Amino acid sequence: MKFASVIALVSAALLLLSCATPTRDYTPDALAMMKRDFHAKGSAGMDRLNEDTVQAACNKYQDNPPQEIAAKLEKEQFATIQWPADGKLLGDWKAGERIAQNGRGMAWNDKGGVGGSCYNCHQIGPRESSFGTVGTSLYQFGKKRGYGAEIQRYAYGKIYNAKAYNLCSQMPRFGHVKALTEQQMKDLTALLMDPASPVNQ
Amino acid sequence: MRVALVVGLVAAVPWMQASAQTPDPTAAEFDKFREIMEQDNPAELFEVKGEELWRARRGPKNASLEQCDLGLGPGVVKGAYVQLPRYFADVDRVMDAEARIVHCMITLQGFKYEELAKQPFSSLVRTPDPVSIVTYVAAQSRGMKLAAPQNHPKERDTYETGKAIFHYRAGAFDFSCASCHGADDKRIRTQPLPNFTKPEQAVRAVQGWPGYRMTGGVMHSLQWRMNDCFRQQRFPEPGYASETLSALLAYLTVNANGHVYRGPGIKR
Repeated sequence: MKFASVIALVSAALLLLSCATPTRDYTPDALAMMKRDFHAKGSAGMDRLNEDTVQAACNKYQDNPPQEIAAKLEKEQFATIQWPADGKLLGDWKAGERIAQNGRGMAWNDKGGVGGSCYNCHQIGPRESSFGTVGTSLYQFGKKRGYGAEIQRYAYGKIYNAKAYNLCSQMPRFGHVKALTEQQMKDLTALLMDPASPVNQ
Repeated sequence: MRVALVVGLVAAVPWMQASAQTPDPTAAEFDKFREIMEQDNPAELFEVKGEELWRARRGPKNASLEQCDLGLGPGVVKGAYVQLPRYFADVDRVMDAEARIVHCMITLQGFKYEELAKQPFSSLVRTPDPVSIVTYVAAQSRGMKLAAPQNHPKERDTYETGKAIFHYRAGAFDFSCASCHGADDKRIRTQPLPNFTKPEQAVRAVQGWPGYRMTGGVMHSLQWRMNDCFRQQRFPEPGYASETLSALLAYLTVNANGHVYRGPGIKR
């Protein structure tokens, strides 16, 4: 009996091991293969295959890095945010709605500063029913949170660099990678924060 | 031994849990539409064209593809598609269906890879030959269970590499394949996103491909689908019929193994 239970425990441990862990980390194999197989196209150079520090941490920890690593990198990302020199964060919400609707930008045939692809992932204005659900609903963003300077700053900062607030967020860093201009990010902030914006009706 | 069995079962439970994706009204409507459309699927035209191309003597070597080994022996087409991607000793790598067809067009018929890779995707005016041929090959596995093999060490390695490619975040938008296809019940705009890490949903990466796509009205293969995902992922462009795409397709297909493949389909 004792022998049988030892065998049982050993095989249980082996089974658990084989289920829980793949044999090793295949990320280096994956990257080497992609570097062999990919080529630059339009605006997308081969450098895009390389991880930056944020991507490396998120890849290494499957989007769930240890708290101290996340906090340190989030702080670094926050420091990269360039706040508008004129101190104004609210642009034109009507222009913001057009930018939110536009799903182009940073792909092979796009140039930077086209659209924000916001509706791809978020519910935003009440009249657009074709919205994605990868991100949270932004409907009544300002109405729910208040229109104060801190919330304005949060909205602008989050659009500029989402990883400053949540390291492995699925949201792109629109300002950081220059996918959007300062004026476009102001316009999007207005879409969320202007009391007159349909988002807040 | 009973303990081992119980522990083994408990460990396996997360893998076995079926997904409970909420039925999406738009998707449900489209599924009905697709069912009707598939009774007269334009993909069949490409299937017929593909069979002609398979049998015809073509290329600099004036040979047919009838000696092409799709994994079940030279010339065996029936059931080959659902057992791809797989390892091929003659090239010492795992190949998906279209990569293997391209390989045969090069070795048997004398076509050049550079020519085939120049414009590998369909447009309104032109459907590349490999697209028609892969449609024919896929149709010969209609109604069969997906059974991409994991016997050879390189098949298991390739699966793991494909999985790592699937989860690799990089590029201008920090996206990986999993950014869109790694969680349940998500949509881009109104398009539902299957979670390919789960077996029940992974079949949606394979089902309906090659597919007649109503947007644009052209026949597309999985090579095109993978290419377009990387475009939207804001990555550079993957090489046509490359190992990267075979690895990714191995990951997706093995995850879907056991499901019945319904043949070339219709896509939005």
